[in-house]
Amino acid sequence: MKKSILDLTAVELGRKIKEKEITVREAVEASLAQIEKMEASFHCYVTVGKEAALKRADEVQKQIDAGVLTGPLAGVPVAIKDNMCTKNMLTTCSSRILYNFRPTYTAEAVENLERAGAVVLGKTNMDEFAMGSTTETSAFGETKNPWNTEHVPGGSSGGSCAAVAAEECFFALGSDTGGSIRQPSSFCGVTGIKPTYGTVSRYGLIAYGSSLDQIGPVAKDVTDCAAVLETIASYDKKDSTSIERKDTDFTSALTDDVKGMKIGIPKDYFGEGLDLEVKKAVLAAADVLKEKGAVVEEFDLKLVEYAIPAYYVIASAEASSNLSRFDGIKYGYRTKEYDGLHGLYKKSRSEGFGPEVKRRIMLGSFVLSSGYYDAYYLKALRTKALIKQEFDKAFEKYDVILGPAAPTTAPKLGASLSDPLKMYLGDIYTISVNLAGLPGMSVPCGQDSRGLPIGLQLIGDCFQEKKLIRAGFAYEQARGPWKAPAMAGASGCGDSFDSRKEEPASIQTAGEEN
Amino acid sequence: MAKQYETVIGLEVHVELAAKTKIFCSCSTAFGGVPNTHTCPVCTGMPGSLPVLNKQVVEYAMAVGLATNCSIHQYSKFDRKNYFYPDNPQNYQISQLYLPICYEGGVEIETAAGKKTIGIHEIHMEEDAGKLIHDEWEDCTLVDYNRSGVPLIEIVSEPDMRSAEEVIAYLDKLGLIIRYLGASDCKLQEGSMRADVNLSVREAGTEKLGTRTEMKNLNSFKAITHAIEGERIRQIELLEEGKAVIQETRRWDDNKEYSYAMRSKEDAQDYRYFPDPDLVPIIISDEWIQQIRDRQPELRTEKLVRYRKEFDIPEYDAQIITESKKLADLFEEATAICKKPKKVSNWIMGETLRLLKERGMEPEEIKVSAGNLAKLIELTEAGTINGSVAKTVFEIMFQENMDPEQYAEEKGLKTVHDEGALRTTIEAVLAENPQSAADYKGGKEKALGFLVGQTMKAMKGKANPGAVNQMLKELLQ
Repeated sequence: MKKSILDLTAVELGRKIKEKEITVREAVEASLAQIEKMEASFHCYVTVGKEAALKRADEVQKQIDAGVLTGPLAGVPVAIKDNMCTKNMLTTCSSRILYNFRPTYTAEAVENLERAGAVVLGKTNMDEFAMGSTTETSAFGETKNPWNTEHVPGGSSGGSCAAVAAEECFFALGSDTGGSIRQPSSFCGVTGIKPTYGTVSRYGLIAYGSSLDQIGPVAKDVTDCAAVLETIASYDKKDSTSIERKDTDFTSALTDDVKGMKIGIPKDYFGEGLDLEVKKAVLAAADVLKEKGAVVEEFDLKLVEYAIPAYYVIASAEASSNLSRFDGIKYGYRTKEYDGLHGLYKKSRSEGFGPEVKRRIMLGSFVLSSGYYDAYYLKALRTKALIKQEFDKAFEKYDVILGPAAPTTAPKLGASLSDPLKMYLGDIYTISVNLAGLPGMSVPCGQDSRGLPIGLQLIGDCFQEKKLIRAGFAYEQARGPWKAPAMAGASGCGDSFDSRKEEPASIQTAGEEN
Repeated sequence: MAKQYETVIGLEVHVELAAKTKIFCSCSTAFGGVPNTHTCPVCTGMPGSLPVLNKQVVEYAMAVGLATNCSIHQYSKFDRKNYFYPDNPQNYQISQLYLPICYEGGVEIETAAGKKTIGIHEIHMEEDAGKLIHDEWEDCTLVDYNRSGVPLIEIVSEPDMRSAEEVIAYLDKLGLIIRYLGASDCKLQEGSMRADVNLSVREAGTEKLGTRTEMKNLNSFKAITHAIEGERIRQIELLEEGKAVIQETRRWDDNKEYSYAMRSKEDAQDYRYFPDPDLVPIIISDEWIQQIRDRQPELRTEKLVRYRKEFDIPEYDAQIITESKKLADLFEEATAICKKPKKVSNWIMGETLRLLKERGMEPEEIKVSAGNLAKLIELTEAGTINGSVAKTVFEIMFQENMDPEQYAEEKGLKTVHDEGALRTTIEAVLAENPQSAADYKGGKEKALGFLVGQTMKAMKGKANPGAVNQMLKELLQ
């Protein structure tokens, strides 16, 4: 049977476009058709820019034909998480407060993709302002897991990961502040990389926790991820935290060779709270690498239990300040009736933000307030530094740290929101990577008994993405091809999805919190 | 009043830096402009935009710090000051709280009471806010973000001042230093220098500081003087009545000459300061500090000392000339060419200051070059043109800075040294004015002046008055 366009990976598609086997328009149309077919079931997108994508497809085709665009991603359709600015295209952060926001400029990472000829299909759903682990805090409705629509796709980049899994795009960009690429990649059976802090420009990424946020690729396999990361990584003078790197030729690490690679397994990642099926699958993956010549051993990684409180203090503190610009004055949602300036602020923000965002703004404001700053914020910063030291010690011995991306497979819809603390604990394996600024990757390594995907997490020292890619690629080669979900029960839906032109009456608004 | 009170004053001075672009983006800092045209995603706080520090701002801040004897924090950071107000598009101001760039300095001031050092607690960098414009007609408020992100430094003094006179002397000194550095034009009226006055009173002889108030919106030395006097009396009256001074911010109303309470400490906001995660720490190397030090111009105090040694000009002239770097530069450069400090000083103290005053101009606006001024002096000294012609020429040079020699040549203003022509003219003048000639001969010295004037007139001003005088006397003998 001839492979359908949708079954191709991004790099495979790019090659076929280059070889004139497939046109860019065909690829874009295939993606758009899949979106129309699947969106009613999964709701991966907040906005689909159908017309713009088709127009762009033809422009890109011309540039490919003219030999201007020659890269591996030229003509490949991509989905962008809705917290990255796209000029003139709605950028909502899945929040009511930005329901009508059209940026005046495009995020640097997206620009890098566009320069390479990728075609933006639309913007993917996410937890509101990237705050959440299930994509259920979106003001525009939750995204469903393509492997089983009763389950969440994870979050906060749930829309991006589900869109890749559901073949509604060939790859996507996500952002990762505490695991927001790796955890939903794990839940959706796709591959995602959170790069070293500073590798991808944050310019145009609507900030959640500025010192932790990092954009990264979500794709079907390690090869795609390496190619995408190679494209989006750049030193950007517009981002003061951007780092000039000379080693961003990530595809050179796709070598299927892990002989002698030292892999450490933190015992602390395999204790209480870890689902047995997940544990088994991850350890089996470690064995695969061992068989291929890697040296695998267990070690103690200390301070794991402090990562979550430190993270929620730092991220919330930064968020409380980052999100203060959303006030109903300049853009976005403004309440209809109000009394005076402060009334305008209070009502717009009360109505514009959902409960999880409000919770973190309040938490962040509290830990920064005078009298508490030292006890919470400064202490969290010190904890962050200590966690980094622990990793430094580990990386003196190991090339890569291996563990699960999440303690469980995807939970059922609605099971997490009622207990935020429990939801926070789900970030335990991913969060310390952000605190230490390290690169991390999630690669599918099996399914549980219900058929839900399990993700293997690989963590590297700063700037050591290539080691992750090497290990991930080698594992993938041994594992064999990863199939797309069956996607049973998907029903068609033929409407345009640019649904946020006007504030829809059906926006799920959060209840008032007082 | 039986008790004696002492006034204790500290100042927070905001200075707008002369950088061409904003502190965190490359938008222009030019004054005016159609509202919201000097803006970009960064200075309008658009989602996803990020600040990048303007190096020039750091260098100006360091220059001011070094010139005011401050130490430099070689590891400095920016912090966010969080508060909601529409003039601030992010709802936080990027400022420095925990590690300001300069700390622990001071400047010497001189008042009638003598010399005194005013301590500087710190100098920090921050961004200016936008401007709210209330539209009475539409009954709405509009925001102009052209000012948003304009670089400022805030110079925080120690509470070392005791009177309005000291405050004015301190501000004068700061302004002078900063203008010399070219870091700002420091104009109170135009807002490029703004001073908030922290004032408290205490019984003379006591150590403990009283409760202070902070006064804002002081746009002139006069307003500052009046506000200090008014606040001092208000606080003393409260204490005399057995009431307490409330720690609060007061706004000065220049028309009513009265300050009124804006907000008290109780409803003071918690700014929730924390290090801005979008900006990296500012690391300042020894070499960088040395570079700035090497680039520092000679400041006024050192200049005065040198003038006393090098130039034979009156102390008063030296004081006035060094008040402006522009005047001092003009003086030094012109003197270097013509080697006549006294003449140059006379031209600056006389004609230059007169014209500046007459035209309401700042020294920085002077167009005449040192070279042309020196040339004018040389022309006069050589007798090529006479004094009154020189003044006329200077007035035009002041505006247009042309070559005085060429100009005098073109306009035929050069002194006529033709003795024969002069003799003929004088004989004609004497013939026309027999009475004056007779008066002079009869002992009326004054009559000679009239005759000189008539001769100059007849010569169209181009004669050498000395020569005219001499020949008249000769012919009248």
